[in-house]
Amino acid sequence: MNSKILEVEKLRKFFITSRGTVRAVDEVSFSVEEGETLGLVGESGSGKSTVAYTVVGLHSPTSGQIRFKGEDISRPVSKRPKALKQSIQIVFQDPGTSLNSRRTIQQILELPLKVHHLGNSRDRKERVVELLERVELPPDYMYKSPNMLGGGERQMVAIARALATNPKLVILDEPTSALDVSIQAKIINMLLRFQEEMKLSYLFITHDLSLMRNVSTRVAIMYLGKICEVAPTMKFFSNPFHPYTKMLLSSIPVVLPEEEAVKPAKITSEGEIPSPVNVPPGCGFHTRCREVNGICSQKIPEMMEVEPGHFVWCHLFPVVTTPTNLEKGVSV
Amino acid sequence: MGETLLEIGNLHVEFKVYEGRLRVLNGVNLSVQVGERVGLVGEAGCGKTTTMKCVLKILTSPPGKITEGKILLHDKDVLTMGSQEMQRVRGHGISMIFQDPTAALNPVFTVGDQLMSVIKYGSKGSLSKKEIKKRAIGTLREVRLPDPERIFTNYPVQLSGGMRQRVCIAMALSTEPELLLADEPTTSLDVTIQDQVLRLLNELVERHGTSVIFITHSLGVVREMADRVYVMYAGNIIEGARKEELFANWLHPYTLGLMNALPKLTGGGIAEGIPGRIPEYLDPPSGCRFHPRCPRAMQQCSQSIPPVVHAADDHDVACFLYRGETDE
Repeated sequence: MNSKILEVEKLRKFFITSRGTVRAVDEVSFSVEEGETLGLVGESGSGKSTVAYTVVGLHSPTSGQIRFKGEDISRPVSKRPKALKQSIQIVFQDPGTSLNSRRTIQQILELPLKVHHLGNSRDRKERVVELLERVELPPDYMYKSPNMLGGGERQMVAIARALATNPKLVILDEPTSALDVSIQAKIINMLLRFQEEMKLSYLFITHDLSLMRNVSTRVAIMYLGKICEVAPTMKFFSNPFHPYTKMLLSSIPVVLPEEEAVKPAKITSEGEIPSPVNVPPGCGFHTRCREVNGICSQKIPEMMEVEPGHFVWCHLFPVVTTPTNLEKGVSV
Repeated sequence: MGETLLEIGNLHVEFKVYEGRLRVLNGVNLSVQVGERVGLVGEAGCGKTTTMKCVLKILTSPPGKITEGKILLHDKDVLTMGSQEMQRVRGHGISMIFQDPTAALNPVFTVGDQLMSVIKYGSKGSLSKKEIKKRAIGTLREVRLPDPERIFTNYPVQLSGGMRQRVCIAMALSTEPELLLADEPTTSLDVTIQDQVLRLLNELVERHGTSVIFITHSLGVVREMADRVYVMYAGNIIEGARKEELFANWLHPYTLGLMNALPKLTGGGIAEGIPGRIPEYLDPPSGCRFHPRCPRAMQQCSQSIPPVVHAADDHDVACFLYRGETDE
């Protein structure tokens, strides 16, 4: 177990704009164990996609460190060695724009193979057919263009492309949020099967907590560029601690009475996520929090391990400053 | 049972395109009682929005064309109404809230200007300008926008997505319509904001006694928003029942597939989903349009269209698996 494929430590990504500095990701630390799925959940504007893009190298971090199998990779993709790029792949949210509509599916799936010099042209064609088979698409799809396919089929091509180089870590940035539930179910089950077969680790970005309940090993909640709570999935849903997590969970519309029972007692959602340009002082959530008290607007809380593996970033759970806790607080 | 406000009967809609005719709506039947909240659920492309556009007569024509059917509002057919009469219906008979509040609001006019023109043309009798403004600010207060006087002078870009949708709700309800058509009003919003907007809508609808048709692709949302639920697939209503009955007792294989495919908060993994995808309208499957994807399809499914049967108390389903009283 305990081998970490990805470690992110005190990652910061700020964007300088004419209207001020956008603190998209502010001191975020987490890790992904080998073979697990870490669900990174948050509302729009919470910085979850920025984390994904920084890990892949589409953004270079403002400060902090990203380590892949212990090696420091805190730099943009242009400065990363090719072998590394082969190991980390990403699937984007909207397959309508992430696939080039002027290329055939064959060209799209061949490109990563060409870039990484995997096989000659005949091998590559065989590999394309094999990849299409894996995602349960007929081989003659390689002559089609992406806009001849449906949304679900396009996303399957995008997944096939991500798997072409046999990666170790795949970042899934809301891969099913643009799709219908019946197609989502198919894609999710496929992703889970690939994870098993190819020993993949997933960083799964989404806003859908119900989906995370069924997919991830651990869940991390982001709010305004910070991680509020991290816990193993079972604990996260049976015993949430952070007031924001409780608000999120109680806002989810569900279909079964049994699900109603899982939700924390109705917590009325209030307010909106503040702009990341003007982050409120102290804990960023204090403007919407029901359990707010004086300290929340003054001091930034610290990450606290409330039970084994369950970390909460909230003043309701004060940090006991023993050396072990400090150490753990950093290595979330 | 109360008085029927809206009745859609056997509605067929076609779109003429270069390749031929897209037969989108294939005999939609739906009715709304006075004061009832009706939910219309279905996946993308099943014809939910097209149905609503027919009710308001804002279907783009050509290429769209209503080939058959009737839409009765208080026993009067909307489809035969003249444009002036229709204008009155749109004024204070029926209002609509669209999915994307950013596209629904005009970016070059202030919220106040847009709201005032709705009130000016939508209300009965003439109002003074001062009176209109007072009402506009009142409706903004009613949808619980903070500082309504300031919002009144703001442009839509100055507001967040949730606030814009509140403005759209204020507009739709400002003329006190009898029927509100809400077309996925919370799809573009975050879950905590969605929760707020849904609660607000429920509260306002109850206070004004407005009837609602709530369109959504989310079974969870419809469970919170509707008294009666219709499930739509490929241009047909395939199942309809009271909410409690429907969520306790799914009948149609499609509804069952959807329910199973939905990730649950209780965990337990996700079922495989429904194979295939929604059919092409150019050449839709014969008989029941769901039969090529149906795990329980029989021979007769591809031969004739299943009639709507009352399978249980207040529960209609269009599927050959169920026998019961037929409609006629």
